[in-house]
Amino acid sequence: MAKLAHAHDLARHLVALGDDSLVLGQNLASWCGHAPTLELDLALTNISLDCIGLAQVYLQAAAEHLGVGDADRLAFRRDVLDFRNLLLVEQPNGDFGRTIARQLLYSQWHVLALERLARSPCEVLADVAPKAAKEAAYHLRFAQEWAQRLAGGTAESRARLEDGLAWCGRFVDELFLLDDHGAALVVAGVIDDPASLRPRFDQGIVDCLGDLARALDRSGAQIGGGRMGRHTEHLGRLLSDLQFLQRAYPERVW
Amino acid sequence: MRIVGDLDVADRILQALEAVSDPELPALSIVDLGMVREVSGGPRPGVVLTPTFVGCPATQVIRERVGQRLEEAGLGQTQVALRLAPPWTSDWISDRGRRRLMELGLAPPAPRRDETPSACPRCASPRTEQISAFGGAPCLELRRCLACQEPYQGFKCH
Repeated sequence: MAKLAHAHDLARHLVALGDDSLVLGQNLASWCGHAPTLELDLALTNISLDCIGLAQVYLQAAAEHLGVGDADRLAFRRDVLDFRNLLLVEQPNGDFGRTIARQLLYSQWHVLALERLARSPCEVLADVAPKAAKEAAYHLRFAQEWAQRLAGGTAESRARLEDGLAWCGRFVDELFLLDDHGAALVVAGVIDDPASLRPRFDQGIVDCLGDLARALDRSGAQIGGGRMGRHTEHLGRLLSDLQFLQRAYPERVW
Repeated sequence: MRIVGDLDVADRILQALEAVSDPELPALSIVDLGMVREVSGGPRPGVVLTPTFVGCPATQVIRERVGQRLEEAGLGQTQVALRLAPPWTSDWISDRGRRRLMELGLAPPAPRRDETPSACPRCASPRTEQISAFGGAPCLELRRCLACQEPYQGFKCH
């Protein structure tokens, strides 16, 4: 990584990607013991585990470059304003319908994003992306299958998915925006502009949801800012759970 | 798997690794699981492992066990590295590994994606279906046999 001219921008970008994965993983983990069925409990926590594993890789690489210790240090000892995750992933689980809506949107984006990252000249990204892509494909298939099942189920299951889509729809545009670090990496050719993923993303969502994709439009104005550290109120609460132990007992080990 | 350096030392390392297993799959060595990608017989002896899944909590345990086992085998200080690329695939599980999985009651992975899944590990019927794509460990899925009706876990084709 040190060989790249934009190593600092890259480290900041790894923090953003790591935060996406960490925050989503933490959100999904809180389904443990609460999912509608045992199989779903296993599925959601498995996805959570994949997310946290990926976060570890990104944050470890970022921490080494930034000289701030290790992945744990970044995960447990940063304040909410220092997090750079997308607003979508910090949205509360809500009911199962909203969790599936959030997962569908994120995974559809993530699968496409990883395809591009696999071709990056950055070794960390090129190494982890093909692996993560295999896992993300599972997550996407899971979300698609459940979105379709809820959409074609009862009036209530359909309405709940629709509400979930309307809630999460506000954070879709942000998936395709970059902060200054990301923009510098695009110019340097280290990553591709995510805006170019938009047509395939939209198509993927319509292919899965059909008419129901319109529910995304009734969510109102688009909100962004997560990549700049401007978060919704939900992230602070999530971090208070995630970080409690290391805040109360710094450097304590298992 | 790549073998470099002194072949005798590499062979001793490989033999020692036969005794190291994934804590979730005790009957299967990490060699049979296809996690061992490189064995170096020197100048600095070492092993390169590829985790089955990025977030698999067993990876760290396995890494420690490898270091310990190699030391016990008299190989001294060895280097145990993790490498993510190329990503692990269930195609790397050896034939012996596949037989061991069957004995454990875990269906081995289908040889390639979208191919016919393995037969039921209990009654050998080919008529099986997936219950859920996620199981008790990142590498497993939940399946059911349509002949003997038994549910079981199978290895993901990954």
